[in-house]
Amino acid sequence: MLSRANLLKILSALVLCGAWELAGRVPVSYAFPTFLDSMQAFFEMIGNGMMLAAYKETLRPLVIGIMISAVLGIGLGLWVGLNNFFDWLFSPIFIVMQAAPLAALIPLLVLAYGIGLTSKVLVVCIMAMPVIVLNTSGAVRNTPESFKEMGKSFLASRTSVLLRIVIPAASPVIFAGLRLGISAGFIGAILAELKITPTGVGDIITYSRSIADYPSMYAAIFSIILLAVLFLNLLEKIETILFKGNQRGYVSD
Amino acid sequence: MHLFGYRLPGMSSLILWGLLWEIVGRADLTFFVPPLSEVLATLFAIIGTPAFKKALAETAYAFSLGVFFAVVIGIIVGILMGKNRLLDELLLPWVNVFLSAPLTALVPVLMVLFGFGMKSIVITTALFAVWIIILNSRAGVKQINRSLIEMANSFGASPMDAFFKIYFWAALPEILGGVRIGIIRAVKGVIIGQLLISIVGFGALFELYSANFLMGHFWAVLIVLFALAFTISEFLAYLERRVSYYAAKR
Amino acid sequence: MAMSQIKEAPNHIEVVGSDSAVSVRNITKNYGEVEALRDMSLEFPRGQLTSLLGPSGCGKTTLLKIIAGLLLPTSGYVEVNGKTVQGPGPDRAFVFQDFALLPWATVLNNVAFGLEMRGVAKSEREAIAEKYIGDVGLSGFEHSYPHELSGGMRQRVGLARALSVDADVLLMDEPFSAVDEQTRRKFQEDLLNLVQNENKTFIFVTHSIEEAVYVSDQIAILLPRPSRVSEIIRPSSFRNKGVDNIRRDPEYLDIVDDIWSSLRTYVE
Repeated sequence: MLSRANLLKILSALVLCGAWELAGRVPVSYAFPTFLDSMQAFFEMIGNGMMLAAYKETLRPLVIGIMISAVLGIGLGLWVGLNNFFDWLFSPIFIVMQAAPLAALIPLLVLAYGIGLTSKVLVVCIMAMPVIVLNTSGAVRNTPESFKEMGKSFLASRTSVLLRIVIPAASPVIFAGLRLGISAGFIGAILAELKITPTGVGDIITYSRSIADYPSMYAAIFSIILLAVLFLNLLEKIETILFKGNQRGYVSD
Repeated sequence: MHLFGYRLPGMSSLILWGLLWEIVGRADLTFFVPPLSEVLATLFAIIGTPAFKKALAETAYAFSLGVFFAVVIGIIVGILMGKNRLLDELLLPWVNVFLSAPLTALVPVLMVLFGFGMKSIVITTALFAVWIIILNSRAGVKQINRSLIEMANSFGASPMDAFFKIYFWAALPEILGGVRIGIIRAVKGVIIGQLLISIVGFGALFELYSANFLMGHFWAVLIVLFALAFTISEFLAYLERRVSYYAAKR
Repeated sequence: MAMSQIKEAPNHIEVVGSDSAVSVRNITKNYGEVEALRDMSLEFPRGQLTSLLGPSGCGKTTLLKIIAGLLLPTSGYVEVNGKTVQGPGPDRAFVFQDFALLPWATVLNNVAFGLEMRGVAKSEREAIAEKYIGDVGLSGFEHSYPHELSGGMRQRVGLARALSVDADVLLMDEPFSAVDEQTRRKFQEDLLNLVQNENKTFIFVTHSIEEAVYVSDQIAILLPRPSRVSEIIRPSSFRNKGVDNIRRDPEYLDIVDDIWSSLRTYVE
């Protein structure tokens, strides 16, 4: 028998879908399709391969951007975390970047790099990197003093302390930073598609809207939200398993 | 970071970056980066202009309204969720979904349902901010020490008294933290809204300047926006610090 | 200003001191304006357990960390087995108050950590670690993780780790303060056995008077502001009476009372 929590989750999902369906039937607006219509369009698009083709397009800048952000972000974060000079030099930049609405830079990027893959990848990168760098550097800097002391007392070399103590201790927060970075990357990818040139899923959204095919539009939006949520939840589960519940990264924003 | 034995203040490397910007601009390395001095001059020139003031007013209006709704709805829903288990179990999965979902994807829906105007932008702003405010308000309520509640009961406090004199303050640090993060998200929301929905406010300025290659103007407005976002964030952090002196001992 | 008196407990025969494994000479430690330790000198007899006892703020943990080589003194020096201390060394091992276990490593890997840092091969260090895990009573938990263990068990892991590197001097920083009272009593009994069976010098920081009198061959009482050694007590007549009888021994009770009356004025 399902647990109470899961039962209620399913119940609330049903309630939401039911409300969606009703709202569509009323209709709340001519532009609000019913839940069932949207789901029909959703499965249709999966069936005729449109969905897959669209995601191949959309995910490309996302994956490339995330990989670059992860490698550069963690590398830079480690550097900044371990070296006081680079901390002084780079932290303010990333702190400002985190608070600022980086989406404002998109017109500039388009101007400089055109409307192709490059600018889309760059959009993903500027959205994802700040939180990765800040989480990594913060985690490294905040290694509990007593661990480092313990390593010293047992004659660990500086490299050993770094590799065997500082980095494993920082891993949960670094991983949480990656997760937040990927979340921001998703936003960047969609923003890029809706604003720069529509390709992939963004194309489906804008095109369906222009021909008033609202079920398809909603289906596409539903699909990307579903994908993002499932993927990020998967990452969270992996995080819990990897770090055995004892060492959870805190979520910083 | 120490230089010649003096401790350098935290953000002082920005001065260095500013110098770098100036040098790169003067060297005319790229069309897109004019010298910082030129940007600052443009900044002071346009701040008084009607176009800028209009853009600022439009953005501020959408932002304030969106934040207002997000804060009111967010805190109330969060507190209710913290106190009522059933509501919590029903709503929490959705709050978490929307917290991590790319809300940008919902903007086309808003455009279609609410038109291309200020209304959609306000809703976008509110949507960006509300989820973290809910989550933090809920957390603030949930972590209220049981003994505080029992103490209130044992001294016969009325529900109103208990709420305003104890629970509100006990939960406040967390709530403020959520509002701070929410406001930063709201700034992103209002800009994204302006970029996607209708070209008003600062979004309009960005489009205008980049289309006309007025790089100095573009960076000037960008600096103003970033500075505003950063100032708001720091102000809230300050408030949070004022309140959090008791946070660790709750 | 080091005042070092040998105060003899009543009706007690002075045991001829063995040579010093650790000598602390004129150690001063300043943190900016604050003087944590001032001109402190102390001897730690080989093969015995010396406690550093005193109220908070008297610098006992600071002194311990200077002996361990984790902190550098502002002036003065420490000699261990005749050699001046420059930093951490293989002749000293430290047991931490908050255990300092690596949360992502198993008990076996935690205990073997010290050996690993010394370059001991894997199979050999695992064998040694297993032995000490058994010695501290944690057999069967080799593959558990710290978060699966109770506080008392975690400290045993810390102790096993310190024992496994076979250092001459074992430095313990309030090792039992983070566990519950019952576990603490058991630890104190076990510690007595450990001191008898292992041929090591123990230096033990505590703020508990009963604990110090129970486990120590020598108690150095430290007072704060300025930090100094005020007395050295060598309880001896109940040392060999067996773990169960010590707490009711009259000499034990007298010493505890005496120490308390001299310390009570320093409690804030």
